[in-house]
Amino acid sequence: MRNTKVVTLEEAIRRSGLKDGMTISFHHHFRGGDKVVNMVVAKLAEMGFKDLKLAASSLSDVHAPLIEHIKNGVITGISTSGLRGELANEISHGLMDEPVVFRSHGGRGSAIANGELHIDVAFLGASSCDELGNASGCPRSENAKSICGSLGYALPDAKYADHVVVLTDDLVEYPNVPKSISACDVESVVVVDSVGDSSKISSGAIRDSKNPRDILLAQQAAKVIINSGYFEDGFSIQTGTGGASLAAVKYIRESMIEKGIKASFALGGITAHMVKLHEEGLIGRLIDVQSFDKVAAESIASDQLHQEVSAIEYASADNPGSAVHALDIVILSALEVDVNFNVNVLVGSDGIIRGAVGGHPDTAEDSALSIIVCPLLRGRIPCVVPKVTTLITPGAGVDVVVTEYGIAVNPRRPEIAERLKAAGLKVVDIHDLAAKATSVIGVPDPLPFGDKVVGIVMDRHGKVLDKIYNIVD
Amino acid sequence: MELKNAVAGTLESGDIMIQIGPGEGLQVELQSSVAAQFGRQIKSVITETLQGLGVSDAFVKATDKGALDCTIRARVTAAAVRATGKDVWK
Amino acid sequence: MMFVPGNNPGMMADAHIYGPDSIMLDLEDSVTMAEKDAARLLVHNALKSIDYGDTEMVVRINPLNTPYGRKDVEAVVKAGVDVIRMPKTETADEVRELEAEIIKVEEELGCVGRTQIMAAIESALGIVNAYEIATASKRMMGIALGAEDYTANLKTPRTLEGSELLLARETIVVAARAAGIACFDTVYSNLDDMETFRKEVELIKNLGFDGKSIINPRQIQVVNEVFAPKQKDIDKALRIIAAIKEARAKGSGVIAVNGKMVDRPVVLRAERVVALAIASGILNEEELS
Repeated sequence: MRNTKVVTLEEAIRRSGLKDGMTISFHHHFRGGDKVVNMVVAKLAEMGFKDLKLAASSLSDVHAPLIEHIKNGVITGISTSGLRGELANEISHGLMDEPVVFRSHGGRGSAIANGELHIDVAFLGASSCDELGNASGCPRSENAKSICGSLGYALPDAKYADHVVVLTDDLVEYPNVPKSISACDVESVVVVDSVGDSSKISSGAIRDSKNPRDILLAQQAAKVIINSGYFEDGFSIQTGTGGASLAAVKYIRESMIEKGIKASFALGGITAHMVKLHEEGLIGRLIDVQSFDKVAAESIASDQLHQEVSAIEYASADNPGSAVHALDIVILSALEVDVNFNVNVLVGSDGIIRGAVGGHPDTAEDSALSIIVCPLLRGRIPCVVPKVTTLITPGAGVDVVVTEYGIAVNPRRPEIAERLKAAGLKVVDIHDLAAKATSVIGVPDPLPFGDKVVGIVMDRHGKVLDKIYNIVD
Repeated sequence: MELKNAVAGTLESGDIMIQIGPGEGLQVELQSSVAAQFGRQIKSVITETLQGLGVSDAFVKATDKGALDCTIRARVTAAAVRATGKDVWK
Repeated sequence: MMFVPGNNPGMMADAHIYGPDSIMLDLEDSVTMAEKDAARLLVHNALKSIDYGDTEMVVRINPLNTPYGRKDVEAVVKAGVDVIRMPKTETADEVRELEAEIIKVEEELGCVGRTQIMAAIESALGIVNAYEIATASKRMMGIALGAEDYTANLKTPRTLEGSELLLARETIVVAARAAGIACFDTVYSNLDDMETFRKEVELIKNLGFDGKSIINPRQIQVVNEVFAPKQKDIDKALRIIAAIKEARAKGSGVIAVNGKMVDRPVVLRAERVVALAIASGILNEEELS
């Protein structure tokens, strides 16, 4: 082929027209195994770029090398869904002058689509790509080594960025179909040794939790769903990947079989558990923005009824076509829930950022029934509190909170409280849960926050929801 | 009261390890993932428990894994009993 | 009755959230000799501080002929334990010796009579003396089988179907019933074999046991499912009890339900079914009265 786009990373960067002060973007489908962010930013530093704004769909432990690039002025702004590990710790202690902007997955999709988050150059890792730029997260040759399945979080970047560079460790023959990212949106293709460490991209087999507390929470969550009034033929569901969430799927499955109920679709991050129910005929379709494990990634590569969606199609608030609008039930986790049902999934009880906004506010707000599953106490850390450290999901969208000490129902949903009580479940006032936590562990001292803003939480509609301050040791 | 060096407790989740030895006055060095919110409370439980046992001079190193107050009291007492050789039971 | 090692504060802090009827904090076999002192203090402080709600709190102490037993009694009685479980009980005298120890501490506290006793029978001699043990003290609330030591004493391995335990189990049920106290079966320790566990629970329920000892919260659901009375049995029991109330109100001596005469054993069985239904959360006590 004459018009090949395949070039070196340095050449791709030069061609992109990237200048100091511009915004670069990345996706997080390689999760803890991602090599793309560190590789690209190291190259940009080497080429002498400064003052770049990094817009990632999320960042994790593996991105600690960014600390040096921030100190050296290469990266001066970050927007992301999540932050973890040493990078999060440093930022919480005031590493950056410009606060990190946190958005939900749906919120990021909307912000990219409406121009609020303008991306100059997107650097998108792909498990396979042809020389024109048709890219996929699925394996297309025997050389495939970094498989992630869905590329849902990369699709808004591919569509709206001014310039798109695909990085792949498996250049395959044209045409690489079915594709996730279209060659028409791609300017350059860079072949690298490895885009991700496959052992850290996804786990292999289903591992059922044996933690008795997870099992207890899962059984309670399943009972809430079954008795909520929404558990009927054709319902739709989304679950997280926490131990209790995954275990809940097991109990819901038993009840679906017993009652002859089938789900129309499962949404969001797809796991092996959901694939199993789909293959058993209990779930009609899988709508997959992120394939969490090997089984899910294999399924999306081969099953017509297991479909990829972009972050916008998944969870955008202002796009009436997004899937969350059709979602009945979602099971979510939390670091903290407060007595007004507000949820924090981002900042730990020590005031340090250690999580991700994810699709939490998107699914909670738009689903018909949102269930938060969290233990009342994690050691000496309370999860039901008078006021959340950081507001991520407003309580208006949260319906039920399941803990090991009882189930609290938002007073806005008295009909659900009635149904659960009628089913014999232990429904309690959320204030009593907070008081119970205090009676066991005592009243915590206030966190030592400073007065520097290190993070800004945007709601999914583009407004500032909360600010995160630096923590002082 | 003469103190030997003694240890009680483990590093398991929900426990606290108390290392106690001779010192002047009651000095407590605490390591805890909940130090910001509960450090003050944990240290006061440790010193109050020791005072209740008549120990007024000791150096305590506490490594906390999210223990509740009742566990801290039990571990401090066990360490003190081992260090002084004086049991709390008849 | 859920066993919880007495030197594990993490497990002791939230054992009650799984809803066992009683929790047995263990100072005996699950605690090494070097940690007996520390575990005793942990159990003492946990009993004093943790709100276990209406869960019955039992502590298994070390035998009185060890250096630990008497201190264990002092520590747990002072912490207000509901029941002391005495391990490896072989004679009624041992029960009376424990009672004397308990009284010593209770007198000091001014609360004589508060602490109950459960005796674990774990040897052939203990089985032979089961009725004497069960009636040794008015504090006796129950007897329990400890199968591991018992089968070792019999010089036989423990089998899946449990034929070697049949005599011991039946003896314990008969002795408990004769003494008017409760009886509890031994633990089943293979957590991954829920099927055999369920069969064992069904067996001991049919033998007449009041409950099963468990080692992990995951086993609670199976015990509750097996012990929970079936809806048709509950309905029948409720009809019988209603008929009795009605007959008493009328002053009638003869009671019949569905054309069948109701005699005393039938009434007792009906009352037991209702009590189990309340305990299993199927019936609500308030709604009944």
